[in-house]
Amino acid sequence: MSKLRLATVWLDGCSGCHMSFLDLDERLIALGEKIELVYSPLVDTKVFPENVDITLVEGAVSSEEDLHKVQLIRQRTKTLVSLGDCAVTANVPGMRNAFGTKAIYDRAYRENVTLDPGIPNETVPQLLASARPVHEIVAVDLFVPGCPPSADTIFYVLNSLLEGCAAEICAKTRFGA
Amino acid sequence: MNAAAGVKTLRIDERDFSARADETILEVARQNGIFIPTLCELKGLSEVGACRLCLVEVKNSNRLLPACVTRVEEGMEITTNSQRLERYRRSILELLFTERNHICSVCVSNGHCELQSLAQKLGMDHVHFPYRYPKAQVDASHPRFLVDHNRCILCSRCVRVCDEVEGAHTWDVKGRGINTQIISDLDQPWGSSETCTGCGKCVHVCPTGALSEKGRSVAEMMKRRQFLPYLTLMREDRE
Repeated sequence: MSKLRLATVWLDGCSGCHMSFLDLDERLIALGEKIELVYSPLVDTKVFPENVDITLVEGAVSSEEDLHKVQLIRQRTKTLVSLGDCAVTANVPGMRNAFGTKAIYDRAYRENVTLDPGIPNETVPQLLASARPVHEIVAVDLFVPGCPPSADTIFYVLNSLLEGCAAEICAKTRFGA
Repeated sequence: MNAAAGVKTLRIDERDFSARADETILEVARQNGIFIPTLCELKGLSEVGACRLCLVEVKNSNRLLPACVTRVEEGMEITTNSQRLERYRRSILELLFTERNHICSVCVSNGHCELQSLAQKLGMDHVHFPYRYPKAQVDASHPRFLVDHNRCILCSRCVRVCDEVEGAHTWDVKGRGINTQIISDLDQPWGSSETCTGCGKCVHVCPTGALSEKGRSVAEMMKRRQFLPYLTLMREDRE
């Protein structure tokens, strides 16, 4: 049997969901028998590949780059999983939404800066008007709330997907868990 | 038991029950281990039917009825759970999450919140409606407590406990619809309230992290509600 092609993506989040994924510890070795990690902050691939079976998306959609990425990911992924509260609800990244981007840029690049204050217009992607949950931008197949979802939850979700059975997410995790 | 109240017989979820005529559907359901979700209801306070989560189907009624304020009637046939009720309850919960900024992960009540646990219990793994992300205020002017309107679901438990149990009526409600907000005294900072006795009852009946004690960090705010049925019981005895 060929291995399932798994990708993980880090949009506007703290990488805590990826830390939780790494907390699978020795279970990662067993998982490696069944999956191939084709794209992730943890591997060196630069371009999101074609024909991905499962993508775990951490983080809210917050910048032009996130928007572009998540649309490409959707095109190239069979099962897209919103992993963690930022992807599912926009969570902490969404706390900027009530203030507007101008206030956020000023705070980050002018008010708290002593050397050459000013808003960058290259290398840093531009912010969208608000940080949004992934499913408001593209269709999502499975939602896994939690901040972060525990390693046990992620293990349960991946195994459910590998075995093709329905995952009862709310029995395992909740918002803010 | 009040003899004039009489006994009513009714059916809930295909099971027969008898109940006093002055009891509500919710009371009878709870006494018999039937779960009906609630948020605004709290034993020891008056019922207002504000959250609408306890809506049930009653045979021959063309509308859904809130179980917390509907008295039992002879021959009632009640359904507490159906696909239609599940859909409505889930929608109500989701709308509560979109109307303010409920960020469970950074909330003082994380892990001890009735809204959060009900979402989990009803299987709400995401929200279908677009989030509003309104700009809501935090009032930390009181020396011991604070109110964070980002986390308020307008259940009005604080208003009722302050009026009915403490007798101060510091809290009330202003505005309508989406602009509704809890206010202290004449819509002034809580710390400047002349009626607030600082008893903290409002803080402890609040189902979410909207009202909390100062100095609590994430997940540290545990609500203690034991006082409420006790106080109510002692007052009933005196009458």
